[in-house]
Amino acid sequence: MAESESTCDNGVNVEALLGAREALTDAPDAAQFQWRATCEWKNGTHSNSTVEGYFGLGEEHKHKTTFTFDADHPEVFASEDLGATPVEYMLVGLASCLTAGIAAVAQHREIQLNSVIATLDAGMNIQGILGIDSDVRNGFDGIKVTYKIDADASEDDIKALVAQSQKRSAVYDIITNPTNVTVEVN
Amino acid sequence: MATITTVVIGAGHAGLAMSKCLTDRSIDHVVLERGEVANSWRTERWDSLRLLTPNWQSRLPGYGYEGDDPDGYRTMPETIAFIDRYASVISAPVQTNTIVTSVCGNDTGYAVATDQGDWQCRTVVLATGACNIPNVPAVADAVPSQIANLTAAQYRNPDQLDDGGVLVVGASATGTQLAEEIHRSGRPVTLAAGEHIRVPRVYRGRDILWWMDITGVHDERYDEIEDINRARKIPSFQLVGTPQRATLDINALTDIGVNLIGKFAGIQDGKAQFSGSLRNLCAMSDLKMNRLLNTFDEWATENGLDDEVEAPHRLPDTTVEDSPPLGMNLTDGRISTILWATGYRPDYSWLDVPVFDRKGQIRHDGGIVDQPGLYLMGMQFLRRRKSALIDGAGDDARDLSDHLVSYLAG
Repeated sequence: MAESESTCDNGVNVEALLGAREALTDAPDAAQFQWRATCEWKNGTHSNSTVEGYFGLGEEHKHKTTFTFDADHPEVFASEDLGATPVEYMLVGLASCLTAGIAAVAQHREIQLNSVIATLDAGMNIQGILGIDSDVRNGFDGIKVTYKIDADASEDDIKALVAQSQKRSAVYDIITNPTNVTVEVN
Repeated sequence: MATITTVVIGAGHAGLAMSKCLTDRSIDHVVLERGEVANSWRTERWDSLRLLTPNWQSRLPGYGYEGDDPDGYRTMPETIAFIDRYASVISAPVQTNTIVTSVCGNDTGYAVATDQGDWQCRTVVLATGACNIPNVPAVADAVPSQIANLTAAQYRNPDQLDDGGVLVVGASATGTQLAEEIHRSGRPVTLAAGEHIRVPRVYRGRDILWWMDITGVHDERYDEIEDINRARKIPSFQLVGTPQRATLDINALTDIGVNLIGKFAGIQDGKAQFSGSLRNLCAMSDLKMNRLLNTFDEWATENGLDDEVEAPHRLPDTTVEDSPPLGMNLTDGRISTILWATGYRPDYSWLDVPVFDRKGQIRHDGGIVDQPGLYLMGMQFLRRRKSALIDGAGDDARDLSDHLVSYLAG
């Protein structure tokens, strides 16, 4: 365990997060965020997505940088492999969400993290997306996340960090629970 | 219209404990009860239910257990008799069969309207309980019509149910107890488990609630813990009171063949959907249980009790299959009943006083409601962790009646 608050620094501003929690408890409208992305088809299965603006705390915001993401499929799918596959972006989203959560919870619990490494495996039977077998779903048949964590805490305390991070993770919730998806053409 | 200093609404253990404290402080009052004393225990519980607290741990102001089975758990008739006797021992001024239809503030305090006449009083104590309305999620509306929907409040015994399979939603004390009883009746049960609190019934030879009491956990105060809003929402312990003092957890249920599934997440095209978070919720419960037991062990050592109780032990982790099913067809006849054991909320539809927050809960500071002269009793973690227990009513009633007296003295 960390000796005191001052010795634990995971680079997370917990005071700001707790302040936001307090402020947003009484201002539910400001807590309403909207996340956005745009995606433009390039060629074949290659597309380029952009993340720039989002809405929250009652106003529009812009990321400091415009982030772009190439997505494609690998050569075994007869594609050009110009980017990660969309399902790999799902893994990136889940891993980075859980990992950010671990850092935040650790800071709050005054646990110094030395290193945190997640490895993700997700099985998929592509008979689903190829339409070969209607009993096979398109998506993952499961996701396995394995954390290797070096921290100044007991094994159970580290496990509790990882458990709490799942409990509070947006991407974990999106993946484990149904979400209504509306796709329109304008 | 009758005039009185204080109207207490509800003659359960909380209202009666308050009545005793008001009598001790010479405050003239009446306890209005919609039915009979201990009405919820008489009319809103299933047949086999026993109290989760051991007999000795039902201490009320001026009253307690005097029988020869201090470690046993009261049946419902015993619980009703216990509370009934308390009302007569303390000569509580209870007016039964009186339904309060509204409470309004006015210049001199409160006007309490009932179907048996009206009262004018300076102070009101709300002791109508935390479990008036079953909290059934909106998704219940989408359940296919051939399936019977039942809440735990309506459930009495398995004979009420069709012979088919039963999906029990919720894995706290109620859900786990009903899952066991129904499964043993020959109706195959699937249990949908969300967040739940696992504990052994007996730890190191002592009741888990003995540990909660002796270590001071039950006495933790609302103004001394980090996040009281969260603490007030913690689900009940997975516990059952049986003569065998058996532990009722998910492992005990899957051992007898109950099918374990994730949190009920939705219904689409006649198919129920369950969350993929089951493994984490079970792991979290195991970790929290072990943390609680660690604090008991540390307390035992610090207080020199290690020789008086048995050696520390741990339960095996909760067993969850590698890939629990995420869906279930509700139209193939396998499930004939869904039993919602998803908690309760209080009913304040008769309370016409502006004291509600945006979630419809009463704004209060440890039971001192955000409106002078109005008090609240018997809610989860009202002033202490034990506030909702019979054993917690005494300390809260003493504190709040003291406050009420000083308010009247103005």
